[in-house]
Amino acid sequence: MYRSHVMVCGGTGCTSSGSTAIMQAFDKEVKRNDLDSEVRVIHTGCFGLCALGPIVVIYPEGSFYSMVKAEDVPEIVSEHLLKGRPVTRLLYDETVNEDNTVKSLDETSFYKKQMRIALRNCGVINPENIDEYIGFDGYQALGKALTEMTPEQVIETMLDSGLRGRGGAGFPTGLKWKFAAGNKADQKYVCCNADEGDPGAFMDRSILEGDPHVLIEAMAIAAYAIGATQGYVYVRAEYPIAVERLSIAIKQAREYGLLGNNILDTGFSFDLDIKLGAGAFVCGEETALMTSIEGKRGEPRPRPPFPAVKGLFAKPTILNNVETYANVPRIILLGADWFKGIGTEKSKGTKVFALGGKIKNTGLVEVPMGTTLREIVEEIGGGIPEGRPFKAAQTGGPSGGCIPASLIDTPIDYDNLLSIGSMMGSGGLIVMDDTTCMVDIAKFFLEFTVEESCGKCTPCRVGNKRLLELLDKITNGTATMEDLDKIEELAAFIKENSLCGLGQTAPNPVLSTLHYFKDEYVDHIKNKHCTAGVCKALLTYKIDPEKCIGCTLCARVCPVSCISGTVKQPHVIDESQCIKCGACMEKCKFGAISKG
Amino acid sequence: MKVISTVPFAGTKQQEEQLSAWLQEHRDTPGAVMPALQHAQEIYGYLPIEVQKMVATALDKPLAEIYGVATFYSQFSLSPKGKYKVSVCMGTACYVKGSGKVLEALEKELNLKSGECGEDGKFSLDACRCIGACGLAPVIMINDDVYGRLTGEEKEIKDMLAKY
Repeated sequence: MYRSHVMVCGGTGCTSSGSTAIMQAFDKEVKRNDLDSEVRVIHTGCFGLCALGPIVVIYPEGSFYSMVKAEDVPEIVSEHLLKGRPVTRLLYDETVNEDNTVKSLDETSFYKKQMRIALRNCGVINPENIDEYIGFDGYQALGKALTEMTPEQVIETMLDSGLRGRGGAGFPTGLKWKFAAGNKADQKYVCCNADEGDPGAFMDRSILEGDPHVLIEAMAIAAYAIGATQGYVYVRAEYPIAVERLSIAIKQAREYGLLGNNILDTGFSFDLDIKLGAGAFVCGEETALMTSIEGKRGEPRPRPPFPAVKGLFAKPTILNNVETYANVPRIILLGADWFKGIGTEKSKGTKVFALGGKIKNTGLVEVPMGTTLREIVEEIGGGIPEGRPFKAAQTGGPSGGCIPASLIDTPIDYDNLLSIGSMMGSGGLIVMDDTTCMVDIAKFFLEFTVEESCGKCTPCRVGNKRLLELLDKITNGTATMEDLDKIEELAAFIKENSLCGLGQTAPNPVLSTLHYFKDEYVDHIKNKHCTAGVCKALLTYKIDPEKCIGCTLCARVCPVSCISGTVKQPHVIDESQCIKCGACMEKCKFGAISKG
Repeated sequence: MKVISTVPFAGTKQQEEQLSAWLQEHRDTPGAVMPALQHAQEIYGYLPIEVQKMVATALDKPLAEIYGVATFYSQFSLSPKGKYKVSVCMGTACYVKGSGKVLEALEKELNLKSGECGEDGKFSLDACRCIGACGLAPVIMINDDVYGRLTGEEKEIKDMLAKY
């Protein structure tokens, strides 16, 4: 028995800011103080509050140390672990009361409204140790399914729970399984989409890094339900830590007889392999992903036939994403009624969001469906830095849309998001303030989809390119008002005629920003003006003669020498020569240069 | 579009043996093309046409198919990368927090455009897909080192590159 457990976050965010060195420092200090029989140091998965990384949590107190540096470790070990006095200076300030006593993490605004089902074990267990997963009810659901339930009952439970796919469109998971189970074949497959291409979403990676066994268990349950014997996890090659931990987990599960032949002596056999993606957003589309597992260019296929009929290697296949699977063992263990009790009428359970952009508490949050955007942004997210105003939140990545400030009280679930022109997608939630230009953001997403379009169908390949050119015209000041009508017409055509989800949703960021921020588009076109000061071609830099003292610094840094003036006299920018690089404004010590 | 290298191929006998051993072992595995190219890129650092031919011959596939796969996925490169690969994350979270400015600053400092490799082969610069370190946005990677919370200021960029 250990009297203390030191949990060092080993998620990608914290690893990037040096948590491996902290881990080593703890190991060393704990040994040096002869505490190795009393204190255990564990590398865990993500705690969610990435903004404050690297994070270290010490149990049983639950002290939450944030932004820890390796040089802080000796102090934490000697003060906290040896003398029992938490180092309040390093604790997450929200957990420290005014009288210096420490309050529980669950009382902080970041964690208070969260409910962790999919992320349940992240930050709690050592992801490289199967025994810890088993210690937290791991593989019990698989045992229950195999010994107490028929495959039909498993599917019935999934249907009844109301779980919908967490990767994009929100298709009922149980229904998918039911279709695949109903098709007879000599071989069926269970696949997992861990390609997480949505820029700004990283929940699937965090689950793989923090709790890889939950995925193995869930896929085995799914395989039992539909009658499959082989599974594939398609992971992004950009996620080395996730791939490594999942490989370790698969190996351990095989050693324990939880993967392989005759699992738990029930006669059920199932094995799992990892397939590495190679960077193609379209491979998030189910048929494209399967084509890619087959080793080909990841181009989508027309549906029908649906994968439940003819999927991977032309056999019946189901595909769910990581977060969807992470809910499965809990549902089997605690029952559909428990899961149904969480969330809204048509969206059950919780959703993990990757909070990013202009927000204080960037990181991963898991909240019950129906939580409002305001609760997520203002309470959990801690609001926007520097007191700037909230302008919009983008959900659904390149397939989604922007939610304006006027809709901040919308309870978030699948149907509400769709009705306001966005979508759940995989759960990226990017917050924007008044320094973000909505036309530029629309252009950013469209550039992404144009780049990632596989080129198979014309509406997507050519249509989106033309759409991007129209946006280009707006941001460089050559568009006319008629172009806005053209955008709407072309966007509708692309949505209707593209082959797969990528093309069908690619115009969404443009349409939603055009809908909610039309004034901004019009301002760009008519007044050649970008309020946010982002669109370079529309910017003009001006020197305020009142403030300029004639220090000549701006004239010296200007790369095209378009600033003139004599020493101690106000300077002037020649707008016809200016390349709008902003170097002068950055260097001016007197705030005399403004852009607009 | 992929940049195709004009640098003459300089693979060694040893590299070739390493690749063909892998290809021999996996030639009958279904879906072997992608893992084969991933493995080949690990060995050679990129996928010149000579290497694609080796893969095509060993797996008994048309070269067109191999080339098709190699040009489809962003991870595969047809031209060599620098000794230090600088990748600027262009995920949404990073973009909103100013990764465009960081990329510009790096382009200026390295005198390279995104996608290029310097003539001395020391640095190459790429805009890359989301690396999932959104909490530290904007983020860049130099080989496996991650630098976060960047501003794109000249001194910061210079200090960072000076370590290499």
